[in-house]
Amino acid sequence: MADLSWLIEPVYIVTIFFFILGMQRMSHPLTARSGIVWAGAAMLIATLVTFFTPNLTNITLIAIAIVIGGGFGYIAAKRVAMTNMPQMIALYNGMGGGAAAGISAVALLGITTATTGSLAVVGGLIGAVSFTGSIIAFLKLQGWMRPRPITFPGQQIINMVVLALAIISGVLVIVQPAWLPFSVAMYLPLFFILSLGFGLLMTLPIGGADMPVVISMYNAFTGLAVALDGFSFATPNYAMVVAGIIVGAAGSLLTLNMARAMNRSLTNVFFGAFGATEEKGLDLKGSMKSIEVDDVAILLAYANKVVIAPGYGMAVAQAQQKVKELADLLESRNVQVKFAIHPVAGRMPGHMNVLLAEAGVAYDHLFDRDEVNPEFPGTDVVLVIGANDVVNPAAHRQGSPLFGMPILDVEQAKNVIVLKRGQGKGFAGIENDLFYRDNTRMLYGDAQETVGKLVQALKKL
Amino acid sequence: MTDITAFWTAIYIAMLAAFTGYVVISRVPAILHTPLMSGSNFIHGIVLVGAMVALGLATTPVEQVIGFVAVILGAANVTGGYVVTERILQMFDRSGKKPGKGA
Repeated sequence: MADLSWLIEPVYIVTIFFFILGMQRMSHPLTARSGIVWAGAAMLIATLVTFFTPNLTNITLIAIAIVIGGGFGYIAAKRVAMTNMPQMIALYNGMGGGAAAGISAVALLGITTATTGSLAVVGGLIGAVSFTGSIIAFLKLQGWMRPRPITFPGQQIINMVVLALAIISGVLVIVQPAWLPFSVAMYLPLFFILSLGFGLLMTLPIGGADMPVVISMYNAFTGLAVALDGFSFATPNYAMVVAGIIVGAAGSLLTLNMARAMNRSLTNVFFGAFGATEEKGLDLKGSMKSIEVDDVAILLAYANKVVIAPGYGMAVAQAQQKVKELADLLESRNVQVKFAIHPVAGRMPGHMNVLLAEAGVAYDHLFDRDEVNPEFPGTDVVLVIGANDVVNPAAHRQGSPLFGMPILDVEQAKNVIVLKRGQGKGFAGIENDLFYRDNTRMLYGDAQETVGKLVQALKKL
Repeated sequence: MTDITAFWTAIYIAMLAAFTGYVVISRVPAILHTPLMSGSNFIHGIVLVGAMVALGLATTPVEQVIGFVAVILGAANVTGGYVVTERILQMFDRSGKKPGKGA
């Protein structure tokens, strides 16, 4: 084969150009799809041109691995239901982190300078943490693991010790002091085991409700690991460096946005074991009052303005189609319908937007918390569909674990109807005052079924 | 990365890339945060090319095994990330074409 390795750098530069262009186009819903297509085409040519790398061996192995991994990724992503997207993003992100850790391992097994070695160690640590951390996030979101925080005494101290040992063993891989009896062959596996273990331990105490922050942070981690690994080669791979850093910056920004949306610091998210503790001595006045479907239908039919506040429960019940039907029906009766989207409703940033878009709700019906909050006092009926913590007025009460979290102030509306499967608590495990308010009525049942019944009842009116 | 010029070049590149990422992302509206995260998830799939080189230059069986696993993981990151993002954006495409009433 003719030497085509000169093609690699120019193609990588074009790739990066299209990556940036693609992300740029993602800033508007109408151009977003072309953005990912451009980025995808760029990725394809970058992968192909990499086969021209000088002295590349094991080509059959590479091809087999691409077919296995690519095939798995493709089929799993095609088959998964829209509601399960958060965990798929977590899973693929973890795989990227794992690949980065693998590159670091291979680099450290070979001959490295102190500089490239250090970068590979840091990249390996971050990649490995992202790998196991994302897998725990995946298991929790998929429901294969208890989503509530898993805590034990001395947890944070143990975590810190594991991290410290991982860093020390990483340093030993690079410096290999003569007075220590062991070689790289000893420290390297130790380093990776400790790093992988730290990712695991760090994610266990984080509850399901904090997953949007966690997924987005591990996304940034993987990006950073990829960037650092770009330097672990004899000639730096700048495509990895630039793409990785762009993702790192994007992910960090998104992570901070998410944390801000919950009025919590990152330290609190990662070390707070949120939801593991109960607020003590809370005395809720009043009782939960339930309501029947037909009464809700009448309330809705004669309202001027209805706001729908969806949450994770809507995703679980796959109720988005029915919700869209309900909204259309109300609009045909000249009821103004708006959707109130809390930034952390659901299990990933923008989760509700995706589901409602899937159902065909136009995005100009979707409103951010800040846009919609002033409107609640003038709203006749708020339908809370499977949301809990993001509408909990406890956030306004000092001493509550939720205190300070900006919420949807649905309790200010004239009527609040809460669609809920049972009397359980939200993911954060905190009692919701809203359910006990005088203007709140509970409509129990599976969200999809209940909204379906509402649609039927409305049609009859 | 043996000489000091290469080091500083790398710092320049890293700084500009970080700034690009920040600027491009800060303009994305909240409703697109999921596809954005999924899209950036796809973009770090570029780790695949690194994994390919790592496996392609591997000499010992241990390196080959690790490299092989890395390529599998990287390839899954690329295709999975792409398909997930594409599926999500497809829905926005569809919902965006319907003219919104009222609101």
